[in-house]
Amino acid sequence: MLAILAKDLRIELRTREGVSSLAVLGLLVLLVFQFAFPERPTPEAAAAALWLAFVLAGTIGAQRTFLLERENACMHGLVTAPLDPAMIFVAKMLGNVVILTVLQFLVVPLTVVFFDVAPTSRLGWLAVVCFLGNVGFSAVTTLFAAISVRIRAREVMLPLLVLPLVSPLLIAAVQASARLLGDGSAAEVSVWIQVLAAFDVIFAAAGWLLFEYVVRE
Amino acid sequence: MAPPVIEAIRLGRGFGSVRALGALDLVVRAGDSLAIFGPNGAGKTTLLKLLATVLAPTDGTLRLFGEPELRPELRRRIGMLGHGSFLYGDLTAAENLRFYAALFGVENAERRVAEMLAEVRLTAWRDRPVRTFSRGMEQRLALARAFLHAPDLLLLDEPFSGLDPQAVLHLQEILTRAHRQGKTIVLTTHDIESGLEVCDRAVILCGGRMVWHSGRSVPAPSEMVKIYQREVGESHVGADSR
Repeated sequence: MLAILAKDLRIELRTREGVSSLAVLGLLVLLVFQFAFPERPTPEAAAAALWLAFVLAGTIGAQRTFLLERENACMHGLVTAPLDPAMIFVAKMLGNVVILTVLQFLVVPLTVVFFDVAPTSRLGWLAVVCFLGNVGFSAVTTLFAAISVRIRAREVMLPLLVLPLVSPLLIAAVQASARLLGDGSAAEVSVWIQVLAAFDVIFAAAGWLLFEYVVRE
Repeated sequence: MAPPVIEAIRLGRGFGSVRALGALDLVVRAGDSLAIFGPNGAGKTTLLKLLATVLAPTDGTLRLFGEPELRPELRRRIGMLGHGSFLYGDLTAAENLRFYAALFGVENAERRVAEMLAEVRLTAWRDRPVRTFSRGMEQRLALARAFLHAPDLLLLDEPFSGLDPQAVLHLQEILTRAHRQGKTIVLTTHDIESGLEVCDRAVILCGGRMVWHSGRSVPAPSEMVKIYQREVGESHVGADSR
């Protein structure tokens, strides 16, 4: 599993195609939101911009992970190796988590600056929300990117498959982030954090169990 | 007596309403080398993918090394060379082999990688990205990847394609040596002469069915072409049995 993760990160470090394109996309979304709310940006707008940037960039990033395996039929190389297909899922999911964490390190500070919000005292909780949102989103997109990569209209299919499923995660993440970027307390977001944690467990387990049926033709 | 390396009983695979392979009975024992001939769409690649456990059968039974259940651990004993090279263009030749060595748990990986690069004459290109390789070089590296973990069963799908005549001879040498070492080889090819050079058994697939098998000895290439013409039909011969 670590070999697959290390290989994916090595290729990403070498090409820098994934993170750079995702960062540009995230920045563009933040700028558009900033232009839309020039006078009085609210924490809700900031949270919406933050997670919209994350979802758009994250969906593309997850697809890229499997396009890499499509070239030269590399997925067959993984499937014919003596490892549980669930480990391929975990490696791919962790790869997405790492890349999206890098994206969050770029996008969250920009959101704070662009929308003039200061979550200083609640930064730790915001990091928890970002991490849980990242893990759940990566679990869903990793599973469905493995399916959609074999379809001709994959660019259309992945968002169609993923977005309805990640709605609970997005609602929880946006609600929690809006409170943490505004004046809300950590106690107010605890219920949303529980929703995020439950979502992560359910979809990580689903990916673990179902991935074999996705990759085995 | 050791169980057969491959035992297929009424093995079949469908894709929706299309039967790619139907009711195939096949036994391959340790040390056998089997050439599978047939026109495009005959089911050769489907059969190899079933044997490599990439595809799951929709009908029949497949036992590999006598095991009724196709466990992941069993794949350590199988080396597959497919239509795709399974190689990452952005990694170097050595990095690709190191990655597969880690996946297959190869001991002394660095030494084995160096050995395999030397075997396929790519030592000088070990630190070049695979993206810069010619088709023939990529095919040779793919062969090194398939042999890397010293598998007992080699599944080779069109191994001679994309190779120049000198590289074909070199590949024949490698496969003949592997056969002498007791490896079991199953290969598909349109190249009857090269296939028979390496293999001691042959079958012809057509329309997803085995229409001919050689028994324990293969005919001469010229005789094999006649058999192929008879079993597959004149129209396929010009295109497929070069």
